[in-house]
Amino acid sequence: MALQSLDIKQRSATTTPAPQARQTVEIAKLIDVSACIGCKACQVACMEWNDVRDEVGSCHGVYDNPMDLTENSWTVMRYTEVEQNNKLEWLIRKDGCMHCSDPGCLKACPAPGAIIQYANGIVDFHQENCIGCGYCVTGCPFNVPRISKKDSKAYKCTLCSDRVAVNQAPACAKACPTGAIQFGSKEDMKDYAAKRVDDLKERGYAQAGLYDPEGVGGTHVMYVLHHADQPGLYAGLPANPSISPLVSLWKGFAKPLATLALAGVALGSLFHYVTKGPNEVSKETEDEIEREDKEEAK
Amino acid sequence: MIRDPKDLKRYTASERANHWVVGISFILLALSGLAFFHPAFFPLTQFFGGPVWARIIHPYLGVLMALSFVVIFFRFRHLNRMTPADKEWLSKVGQMVDGDDHNMPEQGKYNGGQKVMFWALAVCMLLMTVSGLFIWRAWFGFDITLVRLGAVVHAAAGAVMIGLIMVHVYAAIWVKGTIRAMWYGTVTRAWAKQHHRGWYRQVTGK
Repeated sequence: MALQSLDIKQRSATTTPAPQARQTVEIAKLIDVSACIGCKACQVACMEWNDVRDEVGSCHGVYDNPMDLTENSWTVMRYTEVEQNNKLEWLIRKDGCMHCSDPGCLKACPAPGAIIQYANGIVDFHQENCIGCGYCVTGCPFNVPRISKKDSKAYKCTLCSDRVAVNQAPACAKACPTGAIQFGSKEDMKDYAAKRVDDLKERGYAQAGLYDPEGVGGTHVMYVLHHADQPGLYAGLPANPSISPLVSLWKGFAKPLATLALAGVALGSLFHYVTKGPNEVSKETEDEIEREDKEEAK
Repeated sequence: MIRDPKDLKRYTASERANHWVVGISFILLALSGLAFFHPAFFPLTQFFGGPVWARIIHPYLGVLMALSFVVIFFRFRHLNRMTPADKEWLSKVGQMVDGDDHNMPEQGKYNGGQKVMFWALAVCMLLMTVSGLFIWRAWFGFDITLVRLGAVVHAAAGAVMIGLIMVHVYAAIWVKGTIRAMWYGTVTRAWAKQHHRGWYRQVTGK
């Protein structure tokens, strides 16, 4: 087996179980939105470490830059101005892949091994197996994967799987100057988040809480939110994300059933032929035509 | 097989060519589409030069099939209007499948089953084409809900269509003397008299 840190839990378009003997600790990245100053050091560190460079765009009159995730920008800061308790609040959320326990992208992917979920919880795209169909985009409840215009492959945050594999924190966590991005085992991160939530509650944010949505089985990127009751405030973070029922229907039990039904039609036809025989023109009708021909010839 | 000059012409060369374009594109679409339908069929992508090529080619084949089907649809639409005789035929289809076609009512160029097949395929083709455009990311970027709906409809209509075509192909294999109509356009008079007596009367005047 390869590195234990890269043990595979789930593999796209694969119907047999992955090796499960070794049990690895689940990791998580915790983004404390209340401690973020919006400096974008994480965006820069991400580009640096992963060697991706987005095009220099134009200023849209807001802090968001680039305006959206792209195949080269795997994380972006999203800035929102809201009024809460008669005060202006500037909410800054670092957006990117949430590394769901139940990943919609992996479920939707038709290419074996193009999307891997490691035992530690990281969901990684393996572009060499990606066929560029965009089904991962269809499956993702957070609108994260982006298809490159250059090579038609899907890209997103890897949670620095290469760094994590050798016991290093993701580049964004390493670069964050305020400690707003923490990294460790999921359990430790939950404990840390609980302390942060208590602190926020003491400071008057009664609805502070941890964002670790159950609809996708929990995530390996979690947020501490001051307004955990209204995740939508943070640039449209979904309140109850889950894999769309349409995607579940599309990728769920319907397909094996349809496959069986088609096999049934094929085998049914074969056995119909074998048991009932072909539908041939009757001797009677052939003789009738022959008789007519003879009469005409007379 | 000796071809009798008195054989009846069922399809023109142009109609046959049209049918083959639809047929070939359908087979290629089914093989590449199944590959993305379920992992069990993924190796089928090797027929297309690998999975990425299968993904690239599939929608263009879809456009070819849609356009050639539109032509075939307008060519044969008027011959596929349902009549009371078709309904009677359909109600007795069990007996025919069981091997006894003596009680079947007289049929024109197409029987009730063929007409149902024609309309079912037309509906599937429409669903496949529209939903296919929704999920064709190389050219279009529709709203995510439409894309998700498109993916479900495309997979469902595709599965139904593959099933319908299996029945279509098997019917042609089962009813002897049928497949030659697809190759060189003619059928024997006896074949026509037995299976499509109304049409036989119409073209022979008997």
